[in-house]
Amino acid sequence: MKSTQRSWLAKLVVGVPYAWLIAFFFVPFLIVVKISLSQTAIAQPPYTPVLDLSAGWGGIVGFFAGLSFDNYVFLGSDPLYVLSYGKSVEIAALSTAMLLVIGYPIAYAMTRAPRRLQPVLLLLVILPFWTAFLIRIYAWINILQHDGPLNQLLLALHLVGEPPVWLSTNTAVYIGIVYSYLPFMVLPLYATLEKLDESLLEAAADLGCPRWRAFWLVTLPLSAPGVVAGALLCFIPAVGEFVIPDLLGGSRTAMIGQTIWTEFFANKDWPTASAVAVVLVCLLVTPIVVFQHQTMRSAEQGR
Amino acid sequence: MQDVSADRGFAKRDFAPWRDPTLKSLLRIEGLSKRFGAEAAVDGLSLDIYQGEFFALLGPSGCGKTTLLRMIAGFERPTAGRILLDGVDLAPVPPYRRPVNMMFQNYALFPHLTVEANIAFGLRQEGLPRVQIAARVADMLALVKLENLGRRKPHQLSGGQRQRVALARSLVKHPRVLLLDEPMAALDKKLRSETQFELMELQRRLGLTFIIVTHDQSEAMTLADRIAVMDRGRLIQVAPPAEIYERPNSRWVADFIGDVNLFEGRVGGDRLSVEGTALGRLRVADAIDAAPGATVWVAVRPEKLVITPGAAPNGQRDADNGAGATLVDIAYLGDLSVYRLRTDGGVPLQARSANTGRVGARGIGFNDKVWLSFPPEAAVVLTR
Amino acid sequence: MMRRLSAFNLAALCAGLAFLYLPIVILIVYSFNASRLVAVWGGWSTHWYAELINDTPLLAAAFVSLRVAAIAASAATVLGTLAAVALTRFGRFRGRLSFASMIYAPLVMPEVITGLSMLLLFVAVSIDRGFWTLVVAHTTMAMCFVTVIVQSRLVDFDVSLEEAAMDLGAPPARTFLSVTLPLILPAVAASWMLAFALSLDDLVIASFTTGPGATTLPIRIYSEVRLGVSPEMNAVCSLMVGVVGVAVIAASLLTKLGAARGAPARV
Repeated sequence: MKSTQRSWLAKLVVGVPYAWLIAFFFVPFLIVVKISLSQTAIAQPPYTPVLDLSAGWGGIVGFFAGLSFDNYVFLGSDPLYVLSYGKSVEIAALSTAMLLVIGYPIAYAMTRAPRRLQPVLLLLVILPFWTAFLIRIYAWINILQHDGPLNQLLLALHLVGEPPVWLSTNTAVYIGIVYSYLPFMVLPLYATLEKLDESLLEAAADLGCPRWRAFWLVTLPLSAPGVVAGALLCFIPAVGEFVIPDLLGGSRTAMIGQTIWTEFFANKDWPTASAVAVVLVCLLVTPIVVFQHQTMRSAEQGR
Repeated sequence: MQDVSADRGFAKRDFAPWRDPTLKSLLRIEGLSKRFGAEAAVDGLSLDIYQGEFFALLGPSGCGKTTLLRMIAGFERPTAGRILLDGVDLAPVPPYRRPVNMMFQNYALFPHLTVEANIAFGLRQEGLPRVQIAARVADMLALVKLENLGRRKPHQLSGGQRQRVALARSLVKHPRVLLLDEPMAALDKKLRSETQFELMELQRRLGLTFIIVTHDQSEAMTLADRIAVMDRGRLIQVAPPAEIYERPNSRWVADFIGDVNLFEGRVGGDRLSVEGTALGRLRVADAIDAAPGATVWVAVRPEKLVITPGAAPNGQRDADNGAGATLVDIAYLGDLSVYRLRTDGGVPLQARSANTGRVGARGIGFNDKVWLSFPPEAAVVLTR
Repeated sequence: MMRRLSAFNLAALCAGLAFLYLPIVILIVYSFNASRLVAVWGGWSTHWYAELINDTPLLAAAFVSLRVAAIAASAATVLGTLAAVALTRFGRFRGRLSFASMIYAPLVMPEVITGLSMLLLFVAVSIDRGFWTLVVAHTTMAMCFVTVIVQSRLVDFDVSLEEAAMDLGAPPARTFLSVTLPLILPAVAASWMLAFALSLDDLVIASFTTGPGATTLPIRIYSEVRLGVSPEMNAVCSLMVGVVGVAVIAASLLTKLGAARGAPARV
């Protein structure tokens, strides 16, 4: 229906979700930016200045006068924050790499399975995702405990002399992220690989290309959109992860999600938390835009 | 161009409303254009279609025939021009309010509804009472001979049955015009010819106006009262099938419909001959509508070429419109044979004739020398 | 090409699925551990499940979570489906680019940011945080997932069916309700379930946007889990796994049944 007749119904169909998103997604961002330019105050709300429209023009001027970049300067000056950003990006990047290495063979194996089995396999991969995220992390706490099953197994196999410490380490965080995000990597990869035209591989074989080489020259490059989608779908949220490093990670350096949480809930420093958030969004803007562009393009092409 | 249709009686049946100047057309298309970016799918097209016609839009892929059909249905908005139905401009009317129905190429049957529900769909939109709807659906099922299949779902039907449901669904609302988008495309050959006759019969019986889009020439020739041949968004010729075939108005049409042998030459002084062709001087029966010396083309259909075994026969008159040739190839198609020949001058020609006798008694074989000729009446002179 | 799993592929699949399921299996096993300590296996017991019934705050939190999830999922499905229709059927309308950006961004935006920003919104307009702010937050988060799922289904959808309906006299709204919606229903239902699961599951956004009296199950679980492993937690989690598992399997069986009955799964 390529109708250019903008009936009131059509306006509603676009307008309602659009308005909702503006109100609850876009405007909140503007507010975060504004708060990041404010200072803490012992008041309700715990920041100043507060825009008081009833104070008229003078109130508005006073409002803008009260804003400053102090918080950003503060962020730059304290190495705690820079380290936190660095660690977050590092962990997210490394996890994404691991997810690719682990997820790609799984997705590929799924496409090579008999057609009847594929929906079942898909269900099996998605099922853990349906169970609560928190639960799955909690399951790992169980396993990684000092006297938990993993250590019991390692001791039983005589692989170690004493039970190693898993919890509160970076390793645990990596395990947690890879475990939780695996479906997010496997699904886009599977979707792209599944659409791959088998006759391309047959043509390659017909032209004398051995299987592994055909994979390298044909399958891999053509699966690039899936790789990009999966990687971004994992990397971007992983940078801002909170639950996993909080429950499984150590306290030496916090990831940026934890930093925001601490600033907000523990220190009750809303302006600083907002500034940290704004800088995080700026950091992630490029990958986010790439992701949006990619998703829009593949959505329009009919997947 | 001479109007030969009046004396030659090209109309298929005794039905030619387009020749009656007092009659108003049912569907009038004025200067219609549809542009997609810089490309024009339909370019300044004007056409009149009359009540009761079976009208065909014929052309190669990409000629704009489907776009034109969709504009009549209301699924594409014209970039320029108007479509008038019963004198009413259809531009502001959305597809769900036009008294026009379409039968889709892929049938577009609603998979979640039964056959009866599919057919009833359009009637339910009109808000008719249930009993009336049921009666009309039953009538329609009987008309398309699907009486006992009402309860089935589309995926439980064969291709031919689905086509009938699609037809029934689009007819049940008694539209002023029924649009058919390549309706036979998915059927196999035998089913196709059976369905074609049923479709024609149905159309005549109900007295409806059908517009069919097809790329299949023989289908257009079989079904249509008039054919509009289109190329790249434009109308090339609009005429009954026999006129299109016997009197094409251009080389393009002559070549597009069936096969043809074309000879380029210049109009002779008496305007009854064409000189300087690959076969020498050719004589034609009707005065040529062009000045002497102008470049024209003589078109001769393969079945009009007469093959005589052996060398040139006696008689000076027969030496015009004739040439010696060698039989290069024969394609045996069962009911007829197609002959490829090369004249002594090296010109490739095509001839065909019905296999009235058995193959063995044909009398000519590969590499035989033969004499080709055609009577002046068989030639058509094309000025473009 | 023969559809046979090479040894490598088979190994990858098995290893992958084992990795995914093993922690959950272990969790479930330990929820039946009579002993409180993970290190000691005290025999099979359902005693921790019994304890759950008495844990009122936990049950209350579960109830809140379920209600929030049901409402938010429904709202998200409606909004997300509208957005999907707009994106696939309305061509290039004004504001499409910004609309699409706002749909896809929340898919990847870290939850701390969306949670924080919505909290600040509610504070700025002086709305008390509680049950309804949480519902709004979850709706916003989930509608984007709904849009992506429904959109991919709509793009695949045979447009000529909608054209046929309109040709037969059904205006656009009626066409959507009688033809499109029944046929994309599996996708819409699946996205409802996804939205439900996302809401039930969410910790971060809930922490920011909920208020007193509307504690959700994940928040409760989180506060307990910070203190360490406990067998009651094992039991709660196993229960949730069981419920979700049964629901998902039932849903996929229903879809297969619907397909077998005649409405083809793919149009």
